[in-house]
Amino acid sequence: MELLEAIVDGMNYWIFIILMMIGLYAMITKNNLVKKLIGMSIFQTAILLFYISLGVKEGATIPILPHYYAHTSQEEQGNLVGSSDQAHAGKEASSATEGGKEKPSVAHAGSPKIDPNRFTNPLPHVLMLTAIVVGVSTLGVALSITQKLYTEFGTIEENEILDQLKSGDD
Amino acid sequence: MKALGLIAVLGTGLLLLAASRDFPNWGDPSSPASSYRLSRHFITQTINETAVPNMVTAVLADYRGYDTLFEAVVIFTAGIAVIGILRRYGNRDFIPAGGEVHLTPKQPDLIVESTVRLLIPVIQIFALYVIAHGHHSPGGGFQGGVIFGASFILLALARDLRTAQNWVAEKRMLILACCGILIYAGIGVLCQLLGENFLDYQILHRILPTDPVMARYHSILGVEIGVAFTVTAIMFSIYSNLSSNGQMKEGI
Repeated sequence: MELLEAIVDGMNYWIFIILMMIGLYAMITKNNLVKKLIGMSIFQTAILLFYISLGVKEGATIPILPHYYAHTSQEEQGNLVGSSDQAHAGKEASSATEGGKEKPSVAHAGSPKIDPNRFTNPLPHVLMLTAIVVGVSTLGVALSITQKLYTEFGTIEENEILDQLKSGDD
Repeated sequence: MKALGLIAVLGTGLLLLAASRDFPNWGDPSSPASSYRLSRHFITQTINETAVPNMVTAVLADYRGYDTLFEAVVIFTAGIAVIGILRRYGNRDFIPAGGEVHLTPKQPDLIVESTVRLLIPVIQIFALYVIAHGHHSPGGGFQGGVIFGASFILLALARDLRTAQNWVAEKRMLILACCGILIYAGIGVLCQLLGENFLDYQILHRILPTDPVMARYHSILGVEIGVAFTVTAIMFSIYSNLSSNGQMKEGI
């Protein structure tokens, strides 16, 4: 029972670790180069899930401000001085309302008052956006190397390529 | 080998599982990632400092501009590497060791052709929307660029690679990729020439008819367009090299 509770509590970490183990196992033990690359992609997906699950915040929404925030800010933009005071005031005001459905009156009261608890942290999303890009690049280069190996050796099994290299040396 | 691998994998997994007890719970608002002041600054100040409602875009292209610039360079380098590894110029037919692959010439298919003819303009308009609207909704240069590149890949899949190459020649695609990097780095150098740090966009209000906040807003769009150029070109370039084994004649 204790194990079950531990699994349920840290479900996101268990999923990420199991996916990572599958990917790592495929990368280490598989002979087929394409299967190794599939393992690498699974590994990368596990890392993405890990970061995104760290960014999740209870009761928060995606890090994109609703429209009325943007409109009030355009009236008030350039008003950089004292904006941190406003943000603090906004935080206190909205924590007083206990994070319920925000009132439009709060937004219309002047400068935008944004409650940090209502939006998730954008940083993990940005990091993973760029990590996906790196994943695509590495996969593209790895596939092209695999294709080159296939045209050279006629196989993508790692042990057969090694055998051919050894017999070529003799 | 298999047993050794299994032991290593299980060992790593158990180590990580033991470490995961120290991690914050799912959705904990007071977790270190969410309670650190950087997160609060991004959420509350992005709209005041850059006028961009989508914080992800603002952090991507403005606060972490260096990171994104070199991310675009990574894509560009990957594209160049794929060309360097696979591309074979000239007319001599190269027969791979695995035997030559004979693809039967593609018969034009009415359903596929009509569907693709209808779909590709919609996909491309949507890609432009994703790039241009990245400030206000999920999207941006990387996403829009991939969608745009996918429209060319769809053309190459539905017709053949030659048709797609007639639309966008290889040389033109690579020039586009270079242009993307140059746009991004050029905006950074422009900031330097005006006397600020590399990629510190607010100084651009001197040449743009706006105030410093909106200068950051508009430079983010410029940067995203540069990224989209590079991503579009490199996605299609990687696909066409991989699918034709570097000969750019007969694709899949």
